[in-house]
Amino acid sequence: MDIQTSLYEGKLIRLGPIDHEKDPEVESRWTHNLAYLRLLGASPARPVSPAQMKKKYEAIEKEVEESKNIFYFTIRCREEGRLLGFARIDWIEWSNGTGNLTMGVGDPQDRGKGYGSDALSLLLRLAFAELNLYRLSVVLGEDNPVALQFFKRFGFMEEVRRRKALHRDGRTWDLLHLGLLADEWRAQIRNDGNES
Amino acid sequence: MNHELLQGKYVRLTAENPEVNASAEARWWQDSEYFRLLDSESPHLWSEKKLKEWFEKGLEKEDPHSFGFSIRTVEGDKVIGFVALFALSWKDGDTLAAIAIGEREYWGKGFGTEAMNLLLGYTFRELNLRRVGLIVFEYNLRAIRSYEKVGFIHEGRIRGAMLREGKRWDWLMMGLLREEWEARQKEVV
Amino acid sequence: MSEDLLRGRLVRLTAESAKTLAEPYSRSSQDSEYWRLETSDPARLFSVWNTEKELEKFLEKEPKVNEFYFSIRILEGDVQIGDVGLGVVSWSSRDAFVGIGIGERAFWGKGYGTDAMQVALRYAFQELNLRRVTLNTFAYNPRAIRSYEKAGFSHEGRVRGALSKDGNRYDVLYMGILREEWAQKEEK
Repeated sequence: MDIQTSLYEGKLIRLGPIDHEKDPEVESRWTHNLAYLRLLGASPARPVSPAQMKKKYEAIEKEVEESKNIFYFTIRCREEGRLLGFARIDWIEWSNGTGNLTMGVGDPQDRGKGYGSDALSLLLRLAFAELNLYRLSVVLGEDNPVALQFFKRFGFMEEVRRRKALHRDGRTWDLLHLGLLADEWRAQIRNDGNES
Repeated sequence: MNHELLQGKYVRLTAENPEVNASAEARWWQDSEYFRLLDSESPHLWSEKKLKEWFEKGLEKEDPHSFGFSIRTVEGDKVIGFVALFALSWKDGDTLAAIAIGEREYWGKGFGTEAMNLLLGYTFRELNLRRVGLIVFEYNLRAIRSYEKVGFIHEGRIRGAMLREGKRWDWLMMGLLREEWEARQKEVV
Repeated sequence: MSEDLLRGRLVRLTAESAKTLAEPYSRSSQDSEYWRLETSDPARLFSVWNTEKELEKFLEKEPKVNEFYFSIRILEGDVQIGDVGLGVVSWSSRDAFVGIGIGERAFWGKGYGTDAMQVALRYAFQELNLRRVTLNTFAYNPRAIRSYEKAGFSHEGRVRGALSKDGNRYDVLYMGILREEWAQKEEK
């Protein structure tokens, strides 16, 4: 990997900026599928209108600009630039080299097609070879086994289990913290290199 | 007197509306190689909307310590990059300069070199400053060659200032005095 | 019904003005050992003026709906010694983070922290009706870890190498207490 290899262009997707004109409607549609929002976190899931989404995007760029420790990307189809999802690296503590990753592919029809994997490969390289972080965390609900498997495939390890931290549909779930160290990622890349 | 200060054979330096700059920059930043050759800062992908706000704010302020121009091709009238002066000290007659060509097809063809020379002409003959400095990353060989061609002299290295792809890279400091540049202009003629 | 929910055996929890807290806070921020035990942020020095401005924003101008912040005063002598705060992560899941710090060194290791934590937990479970309380602490803070274990928290995992201090890597420990666990403990 070198300076010439694009940080943002994957095989199927690319990481891109927010399109304030087109994206609000698309993401508003995703939020009307509460299952999607529930996969993303513990906050009460609530649908958002395109106008509200527009305001959210403005707020996101503002906090990215002011905080200096947040990165936000849209995940877009490489060909037509269609919005597929988002990725966020935040809670960055520069002196400790730590960060937290959240990502999602919005439309269930777009899942299982390799977009997430493609995006995560790029994001890990960004986190470790450009931002020079020491480690990356992901926080997920136990009720999201697909995502758990997904991150574990990339080498993330379960580190913390917050018992019964999620309460939905009358039952509780644990909230899991997964972690991947930069050295572990580098070892994987080396091994992949050797194999090919 | 040469009144065509900002006009060259292949490029000219212009002032553009915020939306023109924003649209171009938003596109160029998505090419991570462009970004990594130009900037040591973090890889944010700003929206066109955000960039337009910044350009507008920049114009409103009219900072006396910075000058920015867009680079337009003479043939085709295309906006291909920008040049700028920043950290300008009037009392010392000293400034830093930056240049970037965002359109890949125009890399390595002399467009950047000519744009830099136009900027230097403006700096030395219109602003009457005494020296121009610049910082370039050690892995940006094409730019280093271009600056040497225009007359910049190597003045030092900030060792290991950047960490990318797990490697430390130096920042090269280069500088050019007015008399050195003027002497070269006479030679060329 | 408990009349004095915010009163413990040794301490009580209060709400103080930014003006009152500015000087002790600024002073404790200059105790780098305290700083490193309390937060993962790089150590910084804050003047009293700056501290008051920040506290004003946090306590009076822009208080957050999900945050419940208290100062800790010891009953004997009414001295202000530290603070404890609850930050609700999600109302629907009823989980909050608790953070506690005793800024005055003279009061370390005397049980004040543990008592303040008990009061905070009671508030969390009986007034905020939370279902669990989470905290994180640093591997190099054994005194705090013991205190939390005593208060009934269970270990829930470690974020590997999350802290870099003096050229060494340390883990951040997560601990949690469920409402039913707290209730059982209270009964005893």
